[in-house]
Amino acid sequence: MLTKRIIPCLDIKDNRVVKGIRFLNLRDAGDPVELGARYSDEGADELVFLDIMATISSRKTIVELVEKVAENVFIPFTVGGGIQTVEQMDAILRSGADKVSINTAAVENPNLLEEAAQRFGSQCIVLAIDARRSRKSPSRWQVCIKAGSEPTNFDVVEWAVKGEELGAGEILLTSMDTDGTKAGYDNKLNKAVNKAVNIPVIASGGAGKPEHLYDAIVDGCADAVLIASITHFGNYTIRQIKKYLGDRGIPVRNYLAH
Amino acid sequence: MCNAFCHIGCDVKLSLEAKTIENAAGLVLPGVAAFGYAISALGSLAELIKEVALSGKPLLGICVGYQMLFEQSSEYGQHKGLGLIRGNIVPIPAGRRIPHMGWNLVKLPEDMDLFSTLEKEKHFYFAHSFYADITDNQTKIAYTDYGFDLPASVQKTNIYGVQFHPEKSGKAGLKVLQNFAKICTGENN
Repeated sequence: MLTKRIIPCLDIKDNRVVKGIRFLNLRDAGDPVELGARYSDEGADELVFLDIMATISSRKTIVELVEKVAENVFIPFTVGGGIQTVEQMDAILRSGADKVSINTAAVENPNLLEEAAQRFGSQCIVLAIDARRSRKSPSRWQVCIKAGSEPTNFDVVEWAVKGEELGAGEILLTSMDTDGTKAGYDNKLNKAVNKAVNIPVIASGGAGKPEHLYDAIVDGCADAVLIASITHFGNYTIRQIKKYLGDRGIPVRNYLAH
Repeated sequence: MCNAFCHIGCDVKLSLEAKTIENAAGLVLPGVAAFGYAISALGSLAELIKEVALSGKPLLGICVGYQMLFEQSSEYGQHKGLGLIRGNIVPIPAGRRIPHMGWNLVKLPEDMDLFSTLEKEKHFYFAHSFYADITDNQTKIAYTDYGFDLPASVQKTNIYGVQFHPEKSGKAGLKVLQNFAKICTGENN
């Protein structure tokens, strides 16, 4: 049986890890390579690096960063942020990343997912979806693009299903309503997407304490949970979180019962 | 992959050159790609790798590189593999999450030297949608449980393969690579 994955997410701006609240109010959280290596040693199952600037020059910096991370980190890591072409994916994967995540570019050009999956294999392709609860209907969510700044007409659940058909190997599902709030994940959203697709779904946005991860796995049916604030600023360690989950019967790797 | 070998103190070279391949103590066939793309990228080196492996030099296939050791694959069309081990690459049966993505527990048989000095079972990182249906009876196989016994690693004399990613499986993964390096230099005997 697969273990549930705990995945720290490192938002990168100007070669530093930052973390905001609902995509705004950024705060410095350290050096990406150091933090990545620390998480790997502590027993994180995977890492995600997101280039939140997503410009041509920041993409170059990210490729250099990926090379440094790959020299020091021996767990899988995903890189995302502003990726638009198969060539850009190739550069990032060649620098040592294991997966690339695509968000805006996939909405604008869904064929990109298909092209990428055929070239690199589905297991490399993460479809990142930024979801915002619909004001009209509480059980519907709207896909937002361009770092959440632009709402689209895409429905999140329908887009997730379409993404799977096109070849995405995994979905990174971020709730814009809960991101950075430390008040818990949007588990209605997580459950709705998890029930609709057959590929793994990573729940993201809102973890403030270990209970929240438990709820995302049990109530949200998530295969993996993304975390940031909860561990970046030293409130909890990966070990503490895994012990909490393991003690409650969730299968996790590196679980130490004592 | 090179980073991981460097990390454990191995002299490793990423090469497409026949001479380098012939002179190496052992070969690693990595792979992050769809099967068809990977096997066509190998081109004329496929024959050389086969020859070198059949001459007795240790060969380690990883993920798609492992899948290429077998006869054929049905990932995005039918593709011929190296045919070093009997069996085919087929889709993971429906009824579970696909890809098989994440850390799964592998039972490590004592007689597989790739896993020497590791415990009886260890978590390794997997990321794949196809798996090797092994029909070769001259193999040793390590399995993981994914609702069925999924082969996680195979050995046929000097030919080794792992479906998981040792270079991404933390300390246990690095140990597997170290063991392979020892097999190459003959230190394990």
